[in-house]
Amino acid sequence: MTSEIIIQTIVSGLLMGFIYALVAAGLSLIFGLMEIVNFAHGEFMMLSMYLAFSLWVGFGLDPIVSLPVCVMLMFLVGVATHYGIIRHILHAPMLVQITATFGLAIFLRSLAQFIWTPNYFSIKDPIVTGRLEVVGIFIGVPQIVASAGCLLAFAALWLFINRTETGMALQATSQDREAASLMGIRTDRIYALGWGIGAACVAVAGVLVSNYYYIFPEVGVIFALIAYVTVAMGGFGSILGALVAGVLIGLVEALGGLLIDPAYKYPIIFSLYLVIVIVRPRGIFGRY
Amino acid sequence: MRSTSEPPSGVQGPLREARAEPLRPPLTRGQWIALVAVMVFVLVYPHVFTSPYARHILVMIFIYGLAAQGWNVIAGYCGQISLGQAVFFGIGAYSAAFLYAKWGISPWVGMAVGVALSVLVALFIGLPTFRLRGHYFAIATLVIGEIGYTLVANWEFVGGATGVWIPIDRDSPWTTLQFHESKLPNYYLALGFLAAGTAIVAWLERSKIGLYFRAIREDPDAARSLGVNITAYKLVALSISAAFTSIAGSQIAQYVLVIDPENTFLFLISILIVLMTMLGGLGTLWGPIVGAGVLFPLSELTRVWFGGTGGAQDLMIYGALILLISVFWPGGLVSLVRRLVGR
Repeated sequence: MTSEIIIQTIVSGLLMGFIYALVAAGLSLIFGLMEIVNFAHGEFMMLSMYLAFSLWVGFGLDPIVSLPVCVMLMFLVGVATHYGIIRHILHAPMLVQITATFGLAIFLRSLAQFIWTPNYFSIKDPIVTGRLEVVGIFIGVPQIVASAGCLLAFAALWLFINRTETGMALQATSQDREAASLMGIRTDRIYALGWGIGAACVAVAGVLVSNYYYIFPEVGVIFALIAYVTVAMGGFGSILGALVAGVLIGLVEALGGLLIDPAYKYPIIFSLYLVIVIVRPRGIFGRY
Repeated sequence: MRSTSEPPSGVQGPLREARAEPLRPPLTRGQWIALVAVMVFVLVYPHVFTSPYARHILVMIFIYGLAAQGWNVIAGYCGQISLGQAVFFGIGAYSAAFLYAKWGISPWVGMAVGVALSVLVALFIGLPTFRLRGHYFAIATLVIGEIGYTLVANWEFVGGATGVWIPIDRDSPWTTLQFHESKLPNYYLALGFLAAGTAIVAWLERSKIGLYFRAIREDPDAARSLGVNITAYKLVALSISAAFTSIAGSQIAQYVLVIDPENTFLFLISILIVLMTMLGGLGTLWGPIVGAGVLFPLSELTRVWFGGTGGAQDLMIYGALILLISVFWPGGLVSLVRRLVGR
């Protein structure tokens, strides 16, 4: 095994890690706000991929072009999810929240199968295509674009949360809902915003990934599974933790697949999660 | 412990109702009548509805009802949300099927081996993960389920992704648990296991152990401060739960005769078990059975109405129902009936 292969693997692991980080950031944001794990998170990603695909088929729009449209639509889906479902189960036991969002996941997945059939689709000849060679290492351009886009979105999210007034209101609500509402923050709107942003984050990842990934009804499942692990590993509610854990998981997945066996790359990630939470029961940066 | 009849103010939602009765009073006359009526119904049913399909549905309800009852013990009574029950289901199924297919060992032995293995695995899973709380525990069990699935799917010795095909035997049905003439023995066997499991849970409800379980669910810190060894009792609950689920898995193996990772270790099986219990009523004796009894015919009906078109309308309805029930009816059917009957 040459050092080139290892570097190649590390690079692609890193690239994947940024995508995982953004998907997890949306989940983590929602959890930090209201302590609900969205078990339909992967299905939001799947929907955004189908949206990009449909806009490409219907109007010839490239995913890069349709990205803002898809993200906005998914933002609305997130807001609608809050008002339609989540608002009613805010104070319900954790299990009810799990089954409600899981029911939504099954519904969305079968809806996708109903509309788009269970077949695998891919977007042919997107604008971003081909691959780059840098000192003997090959990297696909779509992968680079997806990772860079995710990293940018992540930075924007971080700035929004930490540098804007609305972001502060979001943090305040996440720290103490009652105090926040006493300060005049309309927490219900903040929750809706949180769901919108969470869905928008996953949509950025989904649309960019649709440039090089197959699109099928179950596509979100493994991304979501990894996102749960990422969020729990980084600590529920910690956005920065999601970034660290996402990159860590991307690297472990790539290197584990290379050094041990591709078939076991997910069990390796999952075992890593178990080890981390057993040593640190609240994740790396966890508050909860 | 009587004081737990007043739930702490932090407790919200449907669990409250279930918590209001730490020690159940003796059955009232109406309940006795209902119990006898149910017993008569399930005993007479297969002789009235003699078609294999009608019996099949009840067999599935009984088998999955047992698995749901097992989940009820760990999640409903003890409050630990395990999303990896498919591991125990799979261990039970593979123990029975593999030992018989490979060495001709009777599934009865396989079932016992499955229970032993499942309890061992439960202890192995529980010891480290019971330190975790809430979502961390739920996700830990979820990924353990996924690890189990991948390991079995890649383990060629037990058939890998193809699974195990159980050889047909027509000579000694009660040794091999294969009943090819009629589904009647399957029916009574599954009913017997479910009844036994439910009797155990009924006993647990009234016992000290059951009280400890509920104390752990209500407030683990308070339980610990009162001297309850919470890790030990969580392990007991998970072991009971694992044993029930494993027996259900062993039965499924001998019933469908083909098992693979997809129909035993899949995450969907874990979720199915959760949903049945939720639908019926978590932490209630009859909830898991009622839930299985409603969910199975429902999924069969939606499949019959829409199935075969490949459009997944059946799953759409299924998902929407789960969603709606969780949002608007979270106490499950049992709590609804209780409210209607007025107790």
